[in-house]
Amino acid sequence: MLEEMERDERIFLMGEEVGHYQGAYKVSEGLLEKFGERRVIDTPIAEAGFAGVGIGAAMAGLRPIIEFMTWNFSFVAFDQIISNAAKVHQMSAGAIQVPIVFRGPNGAAKQVASQHSHSCAPFYTNIPGLYVIQPSTPRDAKGLLKSAIRSNNPVIFLEGETLYGVKGEVPDEGVEELIPIGLSSLARPGTDCTIVTWGRPYYTVLAAADKLEAEGISCEVIDPRTLRPLDTSLMVQSVKKTNRCVVVHEHWPYGGPGAEIVDRIQREAFDYLDAPVERVTGLDVPMPYALNLEDKVLPTEERVIDAVKRVAYAS
Amino acid sequence: MAKIIGLPKLSPTMEEGTLVAWIKKEGEKVEVDDVLAEVETDKATMEFRSFDRGVLLKILVPEGETLEPDVPVAIIGKAGEDIADLIAEAEAGRDAGAAAAAAPETAPETVSETVSETASETASETASVPATGAEIGELGATSGRVLSSPLVRRLARERSIDLRAVQGSGPRGRIVKRDIDSYEVEVAPSFASLGERLPPRVAKASSMRRTIARRLTESMQTIPHYYLTIDVDIAPLADARKAMNAELEAAGKKVSLNDLIIKAAAVALRRVPEVNASWMEKEIHFHQVVDISIAVAVDDGLMTPVLRDADRKGVSQIAEEVRNLAERARERKLQPEDMSNGTFSISNLGMFGIEEFTAVINPPEGAILAVGTIRSEPVVQDDAIVPGRRMRFTMSCDHRIIDGATGAKFMSAFKRIVESPSNMLL
Repeated sequence: MLEEMERDERIFLMGEEVGHYQGAYKVSEGLLEKFGERRVIDTPIAEAGFAGVGIGAAMAGLRPIIEFMTWNFSFVAFDQIISNAAKVHQMSAGAIQVPIVFRGPNGAAKQVASQHSHSCAPFYTNIPGLYVIQPSTPRDAKGLLKSAIRSNNPVIFLEGETLYGVKGEVPDEGVEELIPIGLSSLARPGTDCTIVTWGRPYYTVLAAADKLEAEGISCEVIDPRTLRPLDTSLMVQSVKKTNRCVVVHEHWPYGGPGAEIVDRIQREAFDYLDAPVERVTGLDVPMPYALNLEDKVLPTEERVIDAVKRVAYAS
Repeated sequence: MAKIIGLPKLSPTMEEGTLVAWIKKEGEKVEVDDVLAEVETDKATMEFRSFDRGVLLKILVPEGETLEPDVPVAIIGKAGEDIADLIAEAEAGRDAGAAAAAAPETAPETVSETVSETASETASETASVPATGAEIGELGATSGRVLSSPLVRRLARERSIDLRAVQGSGPRGRIVKRDIDSYEVEVAPSFASLGERLPPRVAKASSMRRTIARRLTESMQTIPHYYLTIDVDIAPLADARKAMNAELEAAGKKVSLNDLIIKAAAVALRRVPEVNASWMEKEIHFHQVVDISIAVAVDDGLMTPVLRDADRKGVSQIAEEVRNLAERARERKLQPEDMSNGTFSISNLGMFGIEEFTAVINPPEGAILAVGTIRSEPVVQDDAIVPGRRMRFTMSCDHRIIDGATGAKFMSAFKRIVESPSNMLL
């Protein structure tokens, strides 16, 4: 954000505790000091209000970044996002663009219970007019956020609440890397089973893949990175090679990008499938508060390993 | 009233039939003469048509089963009828072998029996039938499908593998990639597997194979075969063919050497009619027509469609009809009447480079002519060695009707015709 705000002074950040408190997760650390209160704006607890203000500012030619303290709080601003951000371009016959980024932590954290543990991708990927990005690694997060800020269309940017602490390589200072929206990536090469995953379970899957490798089952892991528009080329190519596929995601199983990916694979790689495509999902229940139960609701290594063995007919 | 439908006798010689595929599904409306299923008989894959009108309430036999005629295979009646008793009856009938269940020969009368509702009623009832989940479940359970993954189906197509012969190791016996891969290894053992004791691959004998086995065994065991071989100068006939094809080219037609050989044999049969005969135990039938059975190799077997009145047809017509018969044989589309009542057979393995061979007589015919390949070789003619094109023909004769001299007379007449094709015009 800092690099982009330095580049273009139309960019501003607005949300709860983004300024003086420097972000609930310190994401906006130092920004207020550097850019001042005109460009780093603390708001009241009124998501519908500041989401709407952001959309209006974008329509007027600015490039706002709207931070939700968590995506769970975006629900009160849902109407602004769906009815205005996603629609104005079409309803104005292309005359008005809405270059806005809505971002913030998404998904279960740790014992924040059912109301604050939503994995929000299914809600927003259903809406034509929005881009939805959910990065898994620090490098993807940086490169995709830059592309999101430079996009002339509204972008939903879902950051993993538990992934802020993940360390990973990013391009050296001064080296600008833009990762295009709508491009998946190969996270791990393999030969026996394709696993499509993103967000928090990305790390669960990589750990499971190590264990499966030790048992002689080689997994290829694909990260879509952008959930809408969805790039299926790499995953389909991979499934044509491995003949098997497991999709692993944190969101609930009913519909959403997980089900969409299964649908695309069965259509685009039908003649190459040796087994039904399996999914490992967050369980179909409101998130329990109890830690032992929360661990069971989220996709586990064990469930990933079981699913891979089922599609590989290895018992 | 619902009724049990038995497997009909689709050809006079049908002793059993394999239910290859159900065309109608449970719950579907059935009109008189609708195709219910495809049945492979000893002769061909034939359509099993309904004598009744109503709704196909229950399929009793999965696809792939081989059954005797009259064994109950389905129940037809009104939608929603209680058929529990009939199912029990049908099962009892099946257990007892060829049950005396409703014989399908009673065709025309039964039509009116089952039609106790108007067509429109049937239609509306039918529409409501397949709606319940229970019936969908039942269909899945009773259908004899080969379960296999989409990948396996594609590989099977590419590798020409019949999935019915492959053992599935996946859930519910689903054939998965590793099954089809190991299946291939078994079929074509590599050097790496030398020394390994692989068990034989077990494939179910098709009804065609069993017919071939039965008829040819019967032929070899009961007919006293003997063989006459003659070596013929084929150059004149080959040249005649060339000239004919030049003439036919404008019409886009062509004749093969085999077509000319069929014609020559047909003419020879007219000249020596004693060979065109059948031993019928107490009688000998001397045929007044020359109907020639042509042996056609098909996937997994052999068929012998009959070319009628070969002696009276022009070679170009023979060519056209033979091509059509062979094509239908390979597509398994021949009807029993296309294969019955031949009077003489011709079998040609020349295209494989076979010089000469003996063929097994196709009863009740009296003889079969085996055609070898063309050989280019030196020939002594008027005390000089000249290049020659030769072909050997071997006739297998039924000694009960054709004595050696009679057979030899035929072969020599045949040789004269082939070596001097204008002879055919006489």
